[in-house]
Amino acid sequence: MPSLTDYLVLSAILFAIGTAGVFVRRNLITILLSIEIMLNAVNLSFVAFGRAFGTVDGQIIVFFVMTVAAAEAAVGLAIVIALFRHRESLNPEAFTTLRG
Amino acid sequence: MKAVLLLIPLLPFVGFLLNASFGRRLGRAVSGGVACAAMLGAFGVSALAVWQLIAQPADARAISQTVFTWIASGAFRADFGLYLDPLSSVMILVVTGIGSLIHIYSTAYMHDEPGEEYARYFSYLNLFAAFMLVLVLGSNFLTMFVGWEGVGLCSYLLIGFWYQRPAASEAGKKAFIVNRIGDVGFVLAVLIIALNFRSIEFQDVARRVTEFAPETSFGLVSLIALLLFVGATGKSAQIPLYVWLPDAMEGPTPVSALIHAATMVTAGVYLIGRNAVLFGHATPTLEIIALVGTATAFFAGTIGLVQTDIKRVLAYSTVSQLGFMFMAMGVGAYSAGIFHLYTHAFFKALLFLGSGAVIHALSGEQDIRRMGGLRRELPTTYWTFLVGALAIAGVPLLSGFFSKDEILFKVFTSGHTVLWVVGAVTSFLTAVYMFRLVFLVFHGERATAAAAEGGAPQAASAPGAAHAQHSHGGHGHDAHGAPHAHDAPPAMALALIVLAFGSVVAGYVGVPHALGGSNRLEAYLAPSFGEHGPATAAHAPEGAEAHGSSANESTELALMGVSSLIAVAGIGLAFFFFVSNRAAADALAARFGGLHRLLWRKYYVDEVYDAAIVQPVKITSDAALWRGVDVGLIDGSVNGIARLVTGGSELLRRTQTGSARVYAASLLGGAVLIVGYYLW
Repeated sequence: MPSLTDYLVLSAILFAIGTAGVFVRRNLITILLSIEIMLNAVNLSFVAFGRAFGTVDGQIIVFFVMTVAAAEAAVGLAIVIALFRHRESLNPEAFTTLRG
Repeated sequence: MKAVLLLIPLLPFVGFLLNASFGRRLGRAVSGGVACAAMLGAFGVSALAVWQLIAQPADARAISQTVFTWIASGAFRADFGLYLDPLSSVMILVVTGIGSLIHIYSTAYMHDEPGEEYARYFSYLNLFAAFMLVLVLGSNFLTMFVGWEGVGLCSYLLIGFWYQRPAASEAGKKAFIVNRIGDVGFVLAVLIIALNFRSIEFQDVARRVTEFAPETSFGLVSLIALLLFVGATGKSAQIPLYVWLPDAMEGPTPVSALIHAATMVTAGVYLIGRNAVLFGHATPTLEIIALVGTATAFFAGTIGLVQTDIKRVLAYSTVSQLGFMFMAMGVGAYSAGIFHLYTHAFFKALLFLGSGAVIHALSGEQDIRRMGGLRRELPTTYWTFLVGALAIAGVPLLSGFFSKDEILFKVFTSGHTVLWVVGAVTSFLTAVYMFRLVFLVFHGERATAAAAEGGAPQAASAPGAAHAQHSHGGHGHDAHGAPHAHDAPPAMALALIVLAFGSVVAGYVGVPHALGGSNRLEAYLAPSFGEHGPATAAHAPEGAEAHGSSANESTELALMGVSSLIAVAGIGLAFFFFVSNRAAADALAARFGGLHRLLWRKYYVDEVYDAAIVQPVKITSDAALWRGVDVGLIDGSVNGIARLVTGGSELLRRTQTGSARVYAASLLGGAVLIVGYYLW
């Protein structure tokens, strides 16, 4: 039976992987996927806390997060498509016209 | 009875309001009529008020009226109050009486002005009269100051009346600025008075000053008196602030007569008379006043000898006569000073109006070298002008003789022998320059322009300057263009004749004891100067001349003889130089070319002031205040702040890279920092 700590360590590893993905990958879609990984890492820790404390709060929050993440994925993908039509590129470094 | 006083300045003020508001639509006859009626009304009310004043017991002659409380702040209180006593009664009669005549004269003199200019002129003239009456009737320094500044404003407006001419607007500005310099002294004096005496009412100040012992060395009272005198030098054109008055002749001639000869310029003399008790306690300042007055009288007299503009000669003569008045004030002969003020108002107004009639007749010509022989063409002007000249020269039995003699006698008996000598020399100069004017303008033959250039004494020594002088000529009278000079029209002649009559008889209110008269004016004025109670009116002259009146009378007779001789000698000298032997005048001018040029250029005072004051002020303003303080400091600090913001933004904008990953990194960094802060 894995303990709470094991879940939290796994969550932290997933979060680190997601973060690294955001910074390292050069493809907007991959970056979106990395963000999803980070969100799910957090979801995992919520569920783990909920089970450890014997409450349902953690699970309820996870439902909210999943809903918002679905919406975010939809909007994010729409933006990515719009950007791609604009520049024929998915590299985030290609979109720096807002530089001061 | 009490409401009467307020009416005196109010009537001209209403005239001003009417002419200023509706002048455009009124038409000449109505706007001139309104102005004259306002002045005559004020004269009538003044006469009534003075009549009521004289009806009072001699030792308590005073009518006062508080119009409203102006400032009430703690213990300090200033009313808009009017106060009529013997001194101010003389002043209001002079101002309204001579003012009325000059208004009447102006209706003819200004007739060629367009309708709205005509109304503008009369509105200014009425406003001046209103302020002048506030000045002389004010019961405290602040009310007086309202009038003091108001007449300065009107003086400026009227000097610059023909504002299209650069010379006129320059002269107006000069008068205004020079007067402001004097006013600083006045304001400081009033502040010191308010601080030390806790009141600015003339009566209270006089009462409190008597608690002090008369100062023999320079102290508080002397300081106040000196500062007031600084104000007086500005308004009354004394050294060192007299320079504006000759330039003020750019205004219309009736204005010169009213403001710059008869009334406003005597305000400084009045100021000293009003505060006679204060000045009486400031012996060092009185000495300064006597010296300055004498020096001014002499200086201006010498300059008057060689000037060629008819009005400028009269202007320097005015400065010189004002010097006489201050000389009298300085030796403590207040009533003599006021006496001269009063007679001078008649004959100097007469002379100015006479010169105005000449200028009017010659379509704006002011250069006496282009005049001559006018006595046949302008008989009224000639005879009245001659009376005025005789009066100012001090010919016996005319008004100027009595008042000037009174001053010289008082100066002599007060022990200022040197001042007396200078005064006597100056009265000699007065006779010479006045009769130079009479002979050059009215006698001989009419000089053509060419002859004037060649033959006149000044042309040889200062042709350039003479040329500059000519340009003053052509003002609003070009429309006349009459080839033949015409004598004064009825309105002008009326004023001339009344004033000539006044110049003859005005002196008889102060016939000296020595001639078997009694100086009624002196006795009448004495209470105003805080001298002996008028109950002792009969003894007042003795009081002043305590040391043996019979010896004094013989002294006075001797001095009178001397000054009569001086007057006659001056006239004779002028006759010799300017009628019988004109070549001698030219020869003399050529012989003493340097001296002549010095006088012609007015001792280079304007040039010295320009170099010593005007230019340094200009340079300081330009280099230090404008380029240094304004551009450098004020603009610099504003622009500096703007540059700081720009520079800072330049640095900060570099953080805005536009790269989403950098933003994400800073988000992460921020989150780590915050979490780290709470965990550790």
